[in-house]
Amino acid sequence: MIEEHLPLLIVVIPLLSAPIAAVLPNGRIAWLFSTLISFIVFYLASTQLFEISSLASTDAPVKSIQYALGNWPPPIGIEFKIDGANALVALIISAIAAICMPYAYTSVAREIPEKQTALFYSAYLLCLTGLLGIVQTGDIFNLFVFLEISSLSSYALISLGKQRRALTAAYQYLIMGTIGATFFLIGVGLLYAETGTLNMTDLAQRLPEVFEYRTVHSGFAFILIGIALKLALFPLHLWLPNAYTYAPSIVTIFLAATATKVAVYVMIRIIFTVFGINLIESTPTRELFLLLGMAGVIAASITAIYQTNAKRLFAYSSVAQIGYMVLGIGFGSVLGLTASFVHIFNHAIMKAALFMALGAIMYRISSNHISDMRGLARKMPWTFGAFVIAGLSLIGVPGTAGFISKWYLVLAALEQQAWIVVAVILTGSLLAVAYIWKLVEIMYFNSASETKNDDVKEAPLSLLLPLWLLVIANLYFGIDTSVTVGVAEPTAAMLLGGKP
Amino acid sequence: MQLIIDNYNYWLVIILMMAGFYTVISRSNLIKKIAGLNIFQVSVFLLYISIGHVKGGAAPIIEEGVKLYSNPLPHVLILTAIVVGVATTALGLALVVRIKEAYGTIEEDDIHKQDQSL
Repeated sequence: MIEEHLPLLIVVIPLLSAPIAAVLPNGRIAWLFSTLISFIVFYLASTQLFEISSLASTDAPVKSIQYALGNWPPPIGIEFKIDGANALVALIISAIAAICMPYAYTSVAREIPEKQTALFYSAYLLCLTGLLGIVQTGDIFNLFVFLEISSLSSYALISLGKQRRALTAAYQYLIMGTIGATFFLIGVGLLYAETGTLNMTDLAQRLPEVFEYRTVHSGFAFILIGIALKLALFPLHLWLPNAYTYAPSIVTIFLAATATKVAVYVMIRIIFTVFGINLIESTPTRELFLLLGMAGVIAASITAIYQTNAKRLFAYSSVAQIGYMVLGIGFGSVLGLTASFVHIFNHAIMKAALFMALGAIMYRISSNHISDMRGLARKMPWTFGAFVIAGLSLIGVPGTAGFISKWYLVLAALEQQAWIVVAVILTGSLLAVAYIWKLVEIMYFNSASETKNDDVKEAPLSLLLPLWLLVIANLYFGIDTSVTVGVAEPTAAMLLGGKP
Repeated sequence: MQLIIDNYNYWLVIILMMAGFYTVISRSNLIKKIAGLNIFQVSVFLLYISIGHVKGGAAPIIEEGVKLYSNPLPHVLILTAIVVGVATTALGLALVVRIKEAYGTIEEDDIHKQDQSL
């Protein structure tokens, strides 16, 4: 019975738990409850991915799970339609949410006032609900609603930061995010006016007939801009650095690893499932993505090098990494999309690990400024080791997860003989070396003596364990790619309409 | 001219949309920004409801002798979107209150100056 309702349960369990968490006593009990819930959701999401991949290996004609809410047959009712793309992204989100929880207890106790912790966990679960809902749903208006659930709760989470600038960062994100969501809503309305349906499968069938109308074209443009704001596509990324910098550590870890990834997923879904590659070819969308992706990789990486705050540095690096994912979409080939999906996965684990290391440093020295981190390598060797390995993964050194996604991206570029893109990807990696090195230098080659870091101790075990789990994942997925590439490749082929 | 009069609701949508969007971008007062955001959202609600109208259709309430109804689905969608809009406004205003407590001002330029002087 549980099996049958799996797609819905993944969304409903955290949704119903959020109000419960809000009324639980602060501190340990609220934390235990949310930890339990996020691990249950993680278990369900992995079951879902397992089912999908076993479907893909059989000869079943339908390689997706359809779930009609309240037994209303689609397109009348809302439908959850799960294929490889949803299942993979849902697994990433729930895995990150679960792995954040053991880390959260210590980190939240330090950074968020005791009397707000229950509400914090409630907002956290709501944000998880929204993100999972976006991924699971097959209805484009339902997607908007889940988008707003996740956004509203993430504004609240960001505003919990200790510095007062967290408030302005959250406000700025609220304005930009709402504009993005409203643009998306306008686009959906225009598509609905022309096709009379909101179900994605239905839209995909009806859009080719009406695609020459200007209404559909402008609807498409509105949707693209709306999501581009959400995924912080260069040059619409202005909300991201402040939001990541001033949010509490745990929120930064969670959002950096999931929120923008989900937006990339939505972009892929809209472009390849709803509109389809054939319709997109008649518009300059792919060229636009290639251009903005390249500009994002270079400009954001260069900006990252000049930052003095480590969290802000990695926020800009996130913008650059989103550039890579967008490049994969821009190629519009199986290799390109595979690279995008694999990078969504790998970037989630490497960025979560990097922000966790910064969170551990924050826990000990209460600062994220690079100049305050002198000599920490000898004081916190385990944190530093994890930081270096995750950093190498971000650069894309062979043997780490980051290498796999860069490798597929370069292959995709070579396939289309886009030499400039290859050069940009490699330059982006070199720039990543520069900003990672900047931190390594100050932590390893500077002495801690005569600074206040002299008596800093290693981070507590509850922070180190999740951090190292992610670091090991970074190394593991650099060698065994059956989960990442193994799922992403058939999914990419399916999204492109079964073309090889 | 007839084109404008026949589709006056769509023109209204465009005017409201632009007015709201411009307010969000140009004002530095945080409350006015939220007001602009509201106008922007309301214009989208109007757009949806205009789309739902069927020529000659009655209000979508079942009644004897009425054959043609307007499409009720956009109304339902917009009810949801209104709720989302209210939640956004409430959260935005709550943030403004907190910003006022922390900075003593709700003018974006003053806040920026205070942040720079640190």
